[in-house]
Amino acid sequence: MLTLTCPCCGITAEETEFAPGGEAHLKRFGPDSSDADFEGYLFARKNPKGVHFERWRHAYGCGKWFMAARCTATLEVFGTYAAQTTKPPADIVKKIKAKRPEWEPQA
Amino acid sequence: MKRYSMFAVAREAMRYHAGWERAWRSPEPKKRYKVIVVGAGGHGLATAYYLGKVHGITDVAVIEKGWLGGGNTGRNTTIIRSNYLQDASAAIFDKALQLYEGLSRDLNYNVMFSPRGLLMLAQSEHERRGYQRTVHANGLQGVSTQWITPERVKELVPILNIDGPRYPVLGALYQERGGTARHDAVAWGYARACSNMGMDIIQQTEVTGIRRQGDKVAGVTTTRGEIDCEQLAIVVAGHSSVLAEMAGFRLPIESVALQAWVSEPIKPAIDVVVMANLVHGYLSQSDKGELVIGGGTDGFNNYTQRGSWHHVEETTRALVETFPIISRLKMLRQWGGIVDMTGDRSPILSKTPVEGIFVNCGWGTGGFKSIPGSGFAMAELIACGYSPLAAEFNLNRFKEGRFIDESVAAGVAH
Repeated sequence: MLTLTCPCCGITAEETEFAPGGEAHLKRFGPDSSDADFEGYLFARKNPKGVHFERWRHAYGCGKWFMAARCTATLEVFGTYAAQTTKPPADIVKKIKAKRPEWEPQA
Repeated sequence: MKRYSMFAVAREAMRYHAGWERAWRSPEPKKRYKVIVVGAGGHGLATAYYLGKVHGITDVAVIEKGWLGGGNTGRNTTIIRSNYLQDASAAIFDKALQLYEGLSRDLNYNVMFSPRGLLMLAQSEHERRGYQRTVHANGLQGVSTQWITPERVKELVPILNIDGPRYPVLGALYQERGGTARHDAVAWGYARACSNMGMDIIQQTEVTGIRRQGDKVAGVTTTRGEIDCEQLAIVVAGHSSVLAEMAGFRLPIESVALQAWVSEPIKPAIDVVVMANLVHGYLSQSDKGELVIGGGTDGFNNYTQRGSWHHVEETTRALVETFPIISRLKMLRQWGGIVDMTGDRSPILSKTPVEGIFVNCGWGTGGFKSIPGSGFAMAELIACGYSPLAAEFNLNRFKEGRFIDESVAAGVAH
């Protein structure tokens, strides 16, 4: 079972206490954007086999949103961090690089 | 290829069954094929089969990284039905059901198709109205389904508790033509027929890259070297996004785990397929006597082919209330498959931004039932450039907002 630590309240709990919220750091495109950008924002997903950044909510706890870095091929969690970020913070990237040296952060 | 028949069984019985030949060849890959299909699951093999049978294209290779039918084809609950709400879905799923009806004869391979009837229980007022609407829609589509009362449900499935209190049965959507088939046999039957037409089925060979020449596909790189092709069909379910990235485009797909499990074998107790979508559980009995139970998907991206334990508990707990006799059964095995979910829960059969590359994916939790229809439509798309069955399921529907919305209408599970 997947175990996550909520960075907002510090509680470590099993996945049944959290609600998954899909890919993190999506760039939002609004009404004036091109069709391709809008489609990309709404539907196209990286869906990688490996390192994945995603949103979670501590639904049966503090109720707050946060981000997690996780490997979809092994379910290993590299770390969780605040939702108020537009890209993975340096310490999370460092933790991932330590375990997946071949992995490169994407723009 | 020697045909399977009663005479063949009798002949082999006389000589210690020493004369059976391998069902399909395992050849070395050639340098070049007209069409390469990536993925030797049901959908990939069916695509290859109908390319040969209907369109006469037999210069085809089916490349598989593992073994044949070892992905979702061998991991599902083998349910076959076509009672969908939207016209485009009903058309392709009913085509699949029609092909299943004649498949054993068509392939000369017993796929054990068993049209034992299928019930979708309405266990809430919302579901009751939804399924009655589906019955009317099916009537207009020419797909025979009916709405039946709780009493009739009890007649068909005596072990079902229709009274509740938590999940009372208010009626059911009944498709008499629905049922099950032997999942492995579907893959094996198609593989044997493809091999017999001269196609190469190349197992234990992983595609590691897709080569392009400008905007056009040139071939694939595999663990056994480079292979050229004119057309490439990506039919890899849960790994569609990985292959799409190799080809240089993204798909509106997320891969999640879906689980199933079986009980210890018991005497025949239930001779229809029952789906209880409110609690996300399906139940049918296999020919071996095991109760085959399917559950819901996880909500997070996952490539590990194993799901979260709590789904097993939740689904089994709910089914015990509906089928009290299963409360003392031990569950024998549990397994997971990686399903490719689209936003509208409908598949993608489409050309892609790269000329010559086609995708057949997004079948999500409902792939097995559609294998023959999917292969038929995909073969037509590759050979002719257009297929009426596949037309609505193209990639552009996400850009244009033309969703084929089965997620709200049919319940997430299908």
